[in-house]
Amino acid sequence: MRRDVFQAIADPTRREIINLVAFNTMNLNAIAEKFDVSRPAISQHIKILTECGLIVIKKNGRERYCEAKLQQLNEVYKWIERYRKFWSERFDVLDDLLTTLQNKENNEKKARGENKSNIGE
Amino acid sequence: MKNQTEIIAEDGKQELFIMREFNAPRELVFKAFTDPELLVQWLGCDALTMKTERNAEGKGASWRDIFTDPDGNVFGFHGVCHEFMAPQLIIRTFEFEGLPEPGHVCLETLRFEVLPGDRTKISVQSVFQSVADRDGMLRSGMETGVFEAHDRLDALLAKEFVN
Repeated sequence: MRRDVFQAIADPTRREIINLVAFNTMNLNAIAEKFDVSRPAISQHIKILTECGLIVIKKNGRERYCEAKLQQLNEVYKWIERYRKFWSERFDVLDDLLTTLQNKENNEKKARGENKSNIGE
Repeated sequence: MKNQTEIIAEDGKQELFIMREFNAPRELVFKAFTDPELLVQWLGCDALTMKTERNAEGKGASWRDIFTDPDGNVFGFHGVCHEFMAPQLIIRTFEFEGLPEPGHVCLETLRFEVLPGDRTKISVQSVFQSVADRDGMLRSGMETGVFEAHDRLDALLAKEFVN
């Protein structure tokens, strides 16, 4: 199964695990203690996070520690920024179109107004 | 000053918001979003020529937008209009046809709000079926080149400008 950063952050427990280990490397037991869910469930989440490349497991003696590798999360911000840029460009074009349409409308009104005054004369 | 486009896509949520103000009255902005002739003038561009199929307006009408990039790649989007209240509200479904499988549908609510001084604020809320769908749809837009086509045009224009 294909894993990526988007799957990793789709789950609230996994987001919390990421937050926990973002600044401090923690061992698996310490992480599991922070949650009400079962130890195997936490292990499964950590397994997914390692498969997504957001966490690496390091062994120190008999202990296993989780270390965050968060560079990948930038990918999310990158696409949001590109999406914003896309709409920003389209809407800037729409601004110009709206100005053109309004000017046209004003000119037509003016033309009609002048015609009326002509009729009046 | 240029009007800013705001995108809100919070981590882990299956929705996103687009917000933007325009220096034009609401009726006109609404028309620019719904009149096929006007729509293609701003939603398409040189890098992505656009065609739209909207045979009818209003509740139950289907819509389809097709973009073609200079290499001939085609990106299609389609959906059905659920609510159409001119000039303030459109609720419709939206599906990107470039995904590997059909059925990843998104519910879009477009609101057109009157601001003082004949100005208008639009806000678009898109609700996806899952967080993965939201993120995946946007990412696939990058992978399939919807956004790249614009970048290529930018690069081309920058080059032309320098020369």
